[in-house]
Amino acid sequence: MTTSPLPGTPVRRPRRRPTAPLLFVLPALLLTVIVIAFPLGYTLYQSMTNWVITSPNPPKFIGLANYAELLRDQRALQSLTRTLLITVCSVSLQMVLGVAMALVMNKHFFGRGLFRTLALFPVVATPVAISLIFVTMMNPQTGVLNHFLTSLGLNAQQWIYAEKSVLPALILVDTWQWTPFVMLIALAGLATLPNEPYEAAMIDGANPWQTFWAITLPMLMPSLFVALLFRAIDTLKLFDTIYAMTQGGPGTASETINLYLYTLSFNYFRMGYASSMVIALLVLVLGITLLLIRARKLAEDRS
Amino acid sequence: MTVTEVRPPAAAPARRRVRPHALKAQLLPMLISAFFIVPIVFVFYWMVSMSFQTQVEISASPPTFWSAQPTTEWYSQLMRRMPFVQYTWNSLVVGVSATAIGLAIGLPAAYAIARWRLSGLSTLFLITRITPAISFLIPWYIIAKRLNLGDSLVIITLLHITITLPLIIWIMIGFFEALPTDLEQAATVDGCTAWQSFALIAVPLVKPGIVAAVILAFIQSWNNFLFAAVLGGPGSQTLPVTVYGMLSFEQANWGPLAAAATLVCLPVIVGTIFFQRQLVEGLTAGAMKG
Repeated sequence: MTTSPLPGTPVRRPRRRPTAPLLFVLPALLLTVIVIAFPLGYTLYQSMTNWVITSPNPPKFIGLANYAELLRDQRALQSLTRTLLITVCSVSLQMVLGVAMALVMNKHFFGRGLFRTLALFPVVATPVAISLIFVTMMNPQTGVLNHFLTSLGLNAQQWIYAEKSVLPALILVDTWQWTPFVMLIALAGLATLPNEPYEAAMIDGANPWQTFWAITLPMLMPSLFVALLFRAIDTLKLFDTIYAMTQGGPGTASETINLYLYTLSFNYFRMGYASSMVIALLVLVLGITLLLIRARKLAEDRS
Repeated sequence: MTVTEVRPPAAAPARRRVRPHALKAQLLPMLISAFFIVPIVFVFYWMVSMSFQTQVEISASPPTFWSAQPTTEWYSQLMRRMPFVQYTWNSLVVGVSATAIGLAIGLPAAYAIARWRLSGLSTLFLITRITPAISFLIPWYIIAKRLNLGDSLVIITLLHITITLPLIIWIMIGFFEALPTDLEQAATVDGCTAWQSFALIAVPLVKPGIVAAVILAFIQSWNNFLFAAVLGGPGSQTLPVTVYGMLSFEQANWGPLAAAATLVCLPVIVGTIFFQRQLVEGLTAGAMKG
């Protein structure tokens, strides 16, 4: 860079200095650090204290004692099991129904545009509002769902009011709200599929079922994986619906890890212990996400 | 049934025309779709219908599907008994501010991530999207208490940016990546700074993406319950918290509940009808980047 350019030659600076990208992302980065990363660091510290807001004693550093308690906490273990159960059931239901819905909605028929718009409503509607409407619909005495069941000759249900039916009822609501999201992603995936394999399958005389399993489903996998990932993350985090509908009840029958965490912090004010659970939950959700992403990589490499 | 009928038409949507014998081929998908759509629509119908029913009709068994004497009593009760307009205004202020700030700082970030392939940073913002909200809510609750910032829209807005920012960044990365770089390169040769080529060339070209991101971010903020439920007070209550309050307020206070639920859903539903295309674009783009 010591030789000066000939007079008249335009000077070409290196295209972009490396500081430019930093300046572009700095505000977003800063805000993320202030609003999320810093509080999480603070939480990490809290998780090693025995702080209870309502206690007159100042918090003491107790090392990993909270984590040790967490491992022995039956209620935490049960709420974790429930969280995973709801996630697995909800997400699988939504995947199957969402793909079925997309396959149908992908056909050309009268009213398809209107149907697709209506299908978007649950995805955008306020979860708390929808949940509470479901509460009224699930009322064992006057609720419209039991009215439907009994007029079909089926047994009336207790829905969210009984320990054994509360989780299925919550799964039903989550599935109602999010199946259209899976449909949307699947539809976007279907729109990108090439034509040739279908022509080949037609020549080979494959039936619709075979065509679906051999061609559509494998080619749709990448989109479906994305839908699965997003649904899994959001269901693990699910809060509004459960809080609004049952607050974790009856008893603790629908208490997921998020709900337990909420109770610990805002009813019992055990901030130190709750913080250790926050860290554990974060590790869990990140772990599951990374696992899913790794699973996709492996699947891709194999094919 | 022949194979032709079941081949996904998406493969060649433009070329496929409705055939003469298509009536039968149309009927089946229409019926199956209706099977999916009816439960979706019914819940919304039930919400709206209940909001206009009289107390007797609401608690009637068998349930009332169609009100004989529709009443607007619940809506006027909402307005009379509480500062409902104030709560709507709060939701609007929080949603608009969180979306605007999210856009102002998210747009350049998304551009930088797409142009300079900063995959580490994009992972960071994905982690932000993954982190359960309650995990940074607890520390913020403590901070708000210590700083005496309870019952303030500022803190609620700040927390709502944790919803809007990652969403906007994730949607916009896709749109910026899809943009051809030729124009920006030419501009750089002509002496444009990175900022100028971003603001003057790239941003105008991704306007459809921006519309999609803004709509989605606003809806997410509008629908959020948790932050305002924990940090909000009488002066900073947002609409979803108000709707929730209807249930615990009095036993089976379903009329006002249905009315409040209808009012909180109304703007997003109307918005969906108007911006359907952008919304679908945003949802799929935001998801596909995952």
